[in-house]
Amino acid sequence: MSEVKLDTYAENTWCKGCGNFGIQTAANEAVKTLAGEGYPLEKITIASGIGCCSKIVDYINLSSFYSIHGRVPPTVTGIKLANKDLSVIGFTGDGDGYGEGLAHIIMSAKRNIDVTMVIHNNRVYGLTTGQFTPTSPTGFPGKSTPRGSVEHPMNPLDLMLAAGATFVARGYSVKAEHLADLIVQGVKHKGFAFIDVLQPCFTFFNTFKFYNNKVYELEGHDASDFEAARTRAREWNYDMEAEKIPIGLFYKVERPTYDEQVLRGLVLAGERERPDIGAFIRSNM
Amino acid sequence: MEDFSILIGGKAGDGIRQIGGLVAGLLGRLGYHVFFWDDYPSLIRGGHNFSLIRACRCKIQANTSDVDLIVALNEDTIKNHESRLKPGGKIIYDADAFEAEGLGMKFTSIVKEAGGKPIMRNTAAFATIARMLGLEWNVLEDLVNTSFKKETETNLAIAKAAYEQAGDATLKIETGPAEPLPLMTGNEAIALGAVAAGLDLYIAYPMTPATSILHYLAAHEEELGVVTYHPENEIAAAVTAIGGAYAGARTMVGSATGGFALMAEAVSLAAQCEAPVVFAVSQRPGPSTGVPTYTTQGDLNFVLSAGHGEFLRFVAAPGDVNEAFELTGLAMNMAWKYQIPTFVLTDKCLSESTYSFDAAASEVKREEGLLWDGKGEYKRYLNTDSGVSPLAFPGRAGAIVKGTSYEHDEYGITTELPEAIVAMQDKRMKKRAGLAGDVAKLQAVKTYGKLDSDTALLTWGSTKGACVEVAENLGLKVVQPVILEPFPTEALKDALKGAKNIIGVEVNVTGCLADLASCHGIDVHEKILKYDGRHFTVDELQKRVEGVLK
Repeated sequence: MSEVKLDTYAENTWCKGCGNFGIQTAANEAVKTLAGEGYPLEKITIASGIGCCSKIVDYINLSSFYSIHGRVPPTVTGIKLANKDLSVIGFTGDGDGYGEGLAHIIMSAKRNIDVTMVIHNNRVYGLTTGQFTPTSPTGFPGKSTPRGSVEHPMNPLDLMLAAGATFVARGYSVKAEHLADLIVQGVKHKGFAFIDVLQPCFTFFNTFKFYNNKVYELEGHDASDFEAARTRAREWNYDMEAEKIPIGLFYKVERPTYDEQVLRGLVLAGERERPDIGAFIRSNM
Repeated sequence: MEDFSILIGGKAGDGIRQIGGLVAGLLGRLGYHVFFWDDYPSLIRGGHNFSLIRACRCKIQANTSDVDLIVALNEDTIKNHESRLKPGGKIIYDADAFEAEGLGMKFTSIVKEAGGKPIMRNTAAFATIARMLGLEWNVLEDLVNTSFKKETETNLAIAKAAYEQAGDATLKIETGPAEPLPLMTGNEAIALGAVAAGLDLYIAYPMTPATSILHYLAAHEEELGVVTYHPENEIAAAVTAIGGAYAGARTMVGSATGGFALMAEAVSLAAQCEAPVVFAVSQRPGPSTGVPTYTTQGDLNFVLSAGHGEFLRFVAAPGDVNEAFELTGLAMNMAWKYQIPTFVLTDKCLSESTYSFDAAASEVKREEGLLWDGKGEYKRYLNTDSGVSPLAFPGRAGAIVKGTSYEHDEYGITTELPEAIVAMQDKRMKKRAGLAGDVAKLQAVKTYGKLDSDTALLTWGSTKGACVEVAENLGLKVVQPVILEPFPTEALKDALKGAKNIIGVEVNVTGCLADLASCHGIDVHEKILKYDGRHFTVDELQKRVEGVLK
């Protein structure tokens, strides 16, 4: 499987040094690992929304759906409900997933639809040239908040734990190998796998040094312990006064998935016997 | 009796719709054509609800204002509707609850004595109506047994007591040789038409008057082989439907026009990514929350234009349950043939009223779209002569299937190159020729009444029922386009040929169809409009038409 080629001919338009490169490297490595373990490539489908991160679907040679702003969760939900045999990975950003489409990500976690969601969290809008997002620190001097954002950032890990996500993790784009492993675990997890990925934006919010100084990998943490997960998730509140920022798998629990409970084993996109509508009408009306 | 009407009224929570359904079902089994309007305000308890059922030996698809029988479970029913009673008509009321003139029945005491719940007054009322209609006890007993799955014994005891207390029949009906026709609401017909054309997944957020499509499909999921999904909002519903269609499932979403407003970005997405999705949209009076449980035909322009960008769509507007069944099937097949968003535009009156369905007259089959033959490299947006690209779905070995909201090349990779943009805009628009050609072969415009009359009523949707009856009474012609996009200009001109006086009849404020027709070079001379949230009754419309013809 070393011959898996995931590049496309699309011209890459990310800025030099962009954290998205690290995330794509991790995603490609994860796909190769999965392929090596017997996941057929055609059964891995990816999707994205709108924003710099969402260009990733043009750069990976897999079946993909480039959706609209904030709507990655319903897009991947539709794909999974149509064909439960696909492994579906959504790529979204903090503006896309936590701003425009927050309700969808919360409800997807609550529902436990069996998809993986990778959030490229650079804590700034890049493609619209530098405004604050739901995870920007207080005082962020974006173009729409020139005197500094007066809002506090939200902690997406804490939010996902409260929403009932069954897999909650955080990665860092600079640690691509670590992130690749999280994505592999996320895809293998039966249920909604949430991976927040810290990512510097070299053009509008360069957090490279900040993260390099603060980020550490969780060790000796029991990911089955909800209270412990919540405590570790609250070690950092996404402001700039962090002591340390943990990354890794915070929480993982098994719960029946939405799709397995509602699909009755059907592959909706597949061939199957159709009802006789005439007979149905005669017996029901 | 050849043609009669029954009005049953009470508070919300009295089970008025349930009695209406039982009475309508009974009349349907006796071979009558039925139209049953369910009138209720937007609340759960209290208020005033009524069921208006008309039954006729010949085909009817509207009701009249006057009634032969009023059944009152509350005093408001008499206060609000007494003036509708025909000379010689009867009133039945709950004599335990209030005083009135007519046949006082001890509904409350009957229920108490049988140990039933207050809502079971509706069983007593149903049994009384059955007796008035001359139904034999053993037939009623069977009906109660099959209709009340819970507490059957109590319901039987109540029915028996009411049946005996009601005494001699006074509205005796003749059971003729007519074949019983099944009854269906417009929303049920939409659901079944979609299933007949291969629906796999129905997705909706509840909003009156579209909700009952979701309820109906959810209740019958396994028998119909579909899955239903109720997500967090209409945006999620529409985008999930697009994700599902991209992955190969036949999907439909449904909402009221207010909920559909939230789907506009998804309509545009479906057009750009060429996802086949059916939108079932049911109109209620706006703007905004408006009048949630009443009817209008005011959203034609909105549905014709919703979604940014220039793109192709198919819009059908059924006027009865047979049309709702056929046109929803057509909308599904057209969506998959041309990979475009398609629309079934209905309204509260059609969606929630019950009609007789002529099963022999309508056929819908699942028609396959253009599928990839597996040869060569797969290109999702292959630029073919017809504009239609062969479909493959993710999961297919050998195919990389890239769907996208961005402008793209044939492979589905983003592009901003001028020539590539033009190529794809042209590719999508090329499909118009095929679609318009198909519409030209279909019966996109229907005509009724006296076809050589020089006066034509131009109407659409559920208003067709009242128009047809008025036209038959007055010797006029009715013209009803059932496909509104691509607009069937030539067929409409043909249908109106010879008509010197064209009268637009619509339940809206401005006359949306009349204005649309004039954009296509067809002058409408008069408009008869109604916008109080209620549909036209036959007699009301007839007076309005006679007023115009004077």
